[in-house]
Amino acid sequence: MLGPRSQHHAGRLAARAHRLSGVLLAVFLPFHFLALGLALEGAERLDGFLAWSDQPLVKIAEWGLVTLLSVHLLAGLRVLALEFLPWRDARKSWITAGGVIAAATGLVFLASALA
Amino acid sequence: MSDTENTLQVRVWRGGEDGKFQAFAVPRREHQTVLDVVTYIQRELDPTLAYRFACRVGMCGSCGMTVNGRPRWTCRTHVDTATGGSDVLELEPLRSLPVIRDLATDMTPFFEKWQKAQGRATGTRSRADDTHRVDPASPRRQAADAAIECINCGVCYAACDVVASDPDYLGPAALNRAWTLVNDDREGDRKGVLAAATAGGGCHSCHSHGSCTEHCPVELNPSAGVAGLKRLSLLAMVGGKV
Ligand code: HEM
Ligand code: SF4
Ligand code: SF4
Ligand code: FES
Repeated sequence: MLGPRSQHHAGRLAARAHRLSGVLLAVFLPFHFLALGLALEGAERLDGFLAWSDQPLVKIAEWGLVTLLSVHLLAGLRVLALEFLPWRDARKSWITAGGVIAAATGLVFLASALA
Repeated sequence: MSDTENTLQVRVWRGGEDGKFQAFAVPRREHQTVLDVVTYIQRELDPTLAYRFACRVGMCGSCGMTVNGRPRWTCRTHVDTATGGSDVLELEPLRSLPVIRDLATDMTPFFEKWQKAQGRATGTRSRADDTHRVDPASPRRQAADAAIECINCGVCYAACDVVASDPDYLGPAALNRAWTLVNDDREGDRKGVLAAATAGGGCHSCHSHGSCTEHCPVELNPSAGVAGLKRLSLLAMVGGKV
């Protein structure tokens, strides 16, 4: 059958990472609001939540979220730059730079969480 | 075919949209291009094979096909490049265009969209006038020059995911042409071109993933041109000129 084929390249993979990180962030957001809501309700319940969130597994999940957010933020900024800045050949270096910064952000978070 | 090491296994699309692959064995040659393989099949194995080419040197833009899943110009693509070293070559017509038969597509929609994007020059002077002088160093001329060498091969059109999913999208080549015109001092209807390139199915349908730029065989950057049209149209809107 004739059909669309995928031809992967950096631009497409960046878009895919942007979408995936956006969707995963959307899944996480209710929990974030839960934490904020608990903070409003009182220190005791928040402390309970914070204690729960101090477990290693939760820390790892938080690391994932921080990384996701920086991936998504940088990919979003890249899209905005593509749309609004005059550019010609910077497409791929932006993707590389975004990937490096997002990974670095994740590592900094991990380092401070484990410290 | 005795020596399989020097034989290429070629799967060629036969028939229309609902056709199927047919297998051929083609002798390997040094520096063999994909178009050489297709020509060999037609001359030596099956004269009914339909395909299109003219110049064989990357000028005419008529030899575009899908080669191992990727849209390419076949006259300037070496078999080694296309197969990545394996001995299997899979040839299909360019996607997103109606299939006439085998490897030949109907390019009519491609050129119709070219016109819909107003991808044609509107003159302002007659032969009685002096030549229109353009400064080759001006930024607008440089933007036009960087995008002008399109050979109309349709490779970017076949590579574009938006073209594949939205039949109304004008596509990278037509919009790239519009981008050269809005940057051309000699163009008599730049507003008209921008309006045509911005209307429904125009530049704002592009998602900037850059598959066109990735695949353009003459290394143009249609994605940058489409982004340029988006910026110009926004500026025109903000400036109340649309
Ligand atoms: C941190 C600040 C954020 C920025 C700068 C940002 C930026 C963007 C931009 C520019 C797009 C459009 C992408 C495109 O059209 O190609 C986008 C898409 C999206 N964003 Fe965000 N965003 C941010 C936060 C979030 C958050 C917190 C969520 C989760 C709730 C989210 C979920 C999404 C989703 C699901 C998409 C659609 C992706 C797609 O169409 O592939 N974003 N974002
Ligand atoms: S950047 Fe725009 S025109 Fe180019 S392939 Fe992607 S959607 Fe199509
Ligand atoms: S822009 Fe490039 S890929 Fe597209 S039609 Fe022109 S030469 Fe072919
Ligand atoms: S045959 Fe003319 S470009 Fe390939």
